[in-house]
Formats: sequence, C-alpha cells, structure tokens
Amino acid sequence: MKTFNYHSTKDVKEATKLASSSSAFLAGGMTTLPSMKLGLASYKDIIDIKRIKKLSGIKASGKSVTIGSTTKHAEVANSKEVKKAIPSLAALAEGIGDPQVRNRGTIGGSIANNDPSADYPSACIALNATIHTNNRKISADKFFTGMFETSLKKGELIEAIEFQIPEKSCYQKYPNPASRYAIVGVYVAKHKSDVNVAVTGAKACVYNEKSIASALSKNFSSSSLDSVKISSSGMNSDIHASADYRANMVKVFAKKAVDAC
Amino acid sequence: MVKFFIGGKTMKKVSLEVNGKKVSKEVPDHTVLSVFLREVLNLTGTHVGCDTSQCGACVVHVDGKSIKSCTALAADIEGSKVTTIEGLVSNGKMHPMQEAFKKQHGLQCGFCTPGMVMSAIDLLNHKKNPSDKEIRDWLEGNICRCTGYQNIVAAVKEAASKM
Repeated sequence: MKTFNYHSTKDVKEATKLASSSSAFLAGGMTTLPSMKLGLASYKDIIDIKRIKKLSGIKASGKSVTIGSTTKHAEVANSKEVKKAIPSLAALAEGIGDPQVRNRGTIGGSIANNDPSADYPSACIALNATIHTNNRKISADKFFTGMFETSLKKGELIEAIEFQIPEKSCYQKYPNPASRYAIVGVYVAKHKSDVNVAVTGAKACVYNEKSIASALSKNFSSSSLDSVKISSSGMNSDIHASADYRANMVKVFAKKAVDAC
Repeated sequence: MVKFFIGGKTMKKVSLEVNGKKVSKEVPDHTVLSVFLREVLNLTGTHVGCDTSQCGACVVHVDGKSIKSCTALAADIEGSKVTTIEGLVSNGKMHPMQEAFKKQHGLQCGFCTPGMVMSAIDLLNHKKNPSDKEIRDWLEGNICRCTGYQNIVAAVKEAASKM
C-alpha cells in the first residue's frame, strides 16, 4: 500500500474541508483499503469520518427509515427499528459479506462505491431512497450513474440514507459462494403507488427492471411474471455466470422475492 | 526496518490496549492493524493470508467484536481494546475454544486457526448454542484449505458445550 496522510475528523465541516482531488473518505474501509493494497487506488489523504457522531445511527418515522452513512451492516441487521419497519432491509444487511465485514463495513461506503454487485444499491432503488449529502438531497434513481460511478461530486460526503417504508418487500440474491457478492440480486418493493424491482449484479450498475415492475403493479404475484422476457443484452458475463444465465436469474429471483413478500 | 515501513512519510502515535496491556507506538499512517500486531508488537499469532479481508486468518477482536486486522488501520482504532490469539490463555491454560480445536482435530497446518478461533469465540459471544448451519454461516469469512471444515464445526460445538 502506498503511503498517505491519515486524518481523523470530528465533524463534517472538517472532513469536507480536507477533501481534494487526491483524497478519499474512509468509513469501514472494506473496499478502500484492499483497493489501495492491490494498487487499484492511491490517495494523498485519507479522511476518516468514523468518529463524526452525527453520521451514525438509525431513526425510524411512520414513513421512512433514515440510516446514518457510517452505520455498520451489523447495526442495520440487528436494529429493532429496521427489523420492524423494513425487515427485508435488515435481512439484506445480514447477508453482506461475512461477520467481520459486517462489523466494519458501512452503508454509506457501500453506496458511494457502487460496486455493480453490491447489495445496498438495490435497496436504495427499491425503497425510493433519498441520499442526504452535506449539501443536497439526491434521489436514488439519480444517484447510481454507472459502474463504480455515482453523482457524488468530489469532496461531497454522504450523511444519511432515507428509505421509504414499503407496504411489502423482499430481497433475494444468488450469492457468489466465495465472496457473498450478488451474482444476481433482486429487491422487490411494493409501495402504495408503485412497484420497484431493483436488480444488482446483473449489469454494470444497479437498475430498476421496469418490465417486471410493470407486470407486478398490475398483478402482484409471481405467476404474473411467467410471460415476461428478460433480455440478456447489457448483462455481465464472467467466469461465474453468462449473460443469458444472469438474465434468467433476474426473473427467477424476482419470482422468489415476490413469493417471499 | 521491516519492508512495510519503507516510505512512511507521516507518523502517528497509536495507543491501544492489547491483551490487557497498554501499548503506545509511533507508526507510519498507512500501518494496518495486522502489521502493527506482528511487526511492531511481535505478536505473530495473528496470521496474514490473503491480506485483502477474504481469508480471515488475521481475525482479532476490537472492543469485543471480531474484525479482520489486515483491513483496519492501526491509527483508526486508536484507543480501542484489542484481543489476539495470544490473549486467550489464562493462567497458563488454553481457552476452551483452543482446547476444543486441539481435541477435535479442527486443524491440519494451523495457518487459519488463530482467525478461526477468534471468529468462533465471537460467535459464541452472540449465540450460546449455535447449530451446525449457524456455525458454518458465521465462519463464512474464515477459509481453511486443509480440513474441509467438518472438525472445525465439531470443535466449535464442543467449545459451545463448555463455555
């Protein structure tokens, strides 16, 4: 790992002031540190945001659950509020990586990284999330812009993620047996006025599978998906799964999710 | 000087409590906890396998929770309490989890064992009598390339009955 200057910060102002074109914010470091070790990334300054108190914690209201950006996966998985309001979100957090990753990794880090097969981005799309940063609010459908790309500007810091509580929802994934990253993951959420079917792992970036969502908004049952055809165009193809296989799995896991809702 | 320290520009004083003893050392900012333990404190019981948080050989407890020490900066756990495999012995006696790994032959080469033991203890801190499936799920982040896990699971079960 190349050397850097480490800064532990106490508030958002201090953290964002230190940010530059050659800095990174550090929360759990579950991707940042291995990327730096592998030489995929290097920074002059690492700005640790873990000690900024206001960035951690979970608040639930009647309509939404708001999770601070440095809240760890294990905290979301074990949160009584999350389990009660959006059980599928707690279950998703419980399925990320392994216990040690869940003890360190954070929700803000996961969505800022926007790994094509990460779990949390699908929750943001499915649950009509709003991403609160230090200077604006971004809706999830405008946040994830491409592979490892988001609409965050340099030095912009995620403070919290606000999830809309759905009527019912379920996340089902086919995990890579080694890494537990989603080969395909489908998060189905039925809201009062719409249905979202967020798919992760299948393409370069998380997306809302409109063909399934539209079939489900007419009839929320897995059999309504029988006639839906998912194209493999634009799907990832690698040693784990071909594009055609992933396309098929999108439907299979969407059905599983609907049945488990 | 060990290779990890070459090129370190800025230094931080890191103060931790490791296995009940207070330590304070000045190290380069990019020193990870596994290096801090092994190279600075000579606590080589914590092993480094993949070095990218997948294999789990480096698992230690920080403030009572298991983490992968290769993927945490020493500077960022400043002020924490760390327990390593060396910290499990009490009055010259092995920890029940270590005893169980020995008795059930939960290891062959032993490289992954410190991480397995530390991770499994964290499991039993959460859940007193885990099922086979719960043990296997929990040890997701600990890779053993010798045993096939059968005896590791048996060891954790045995320890659960004694702890």
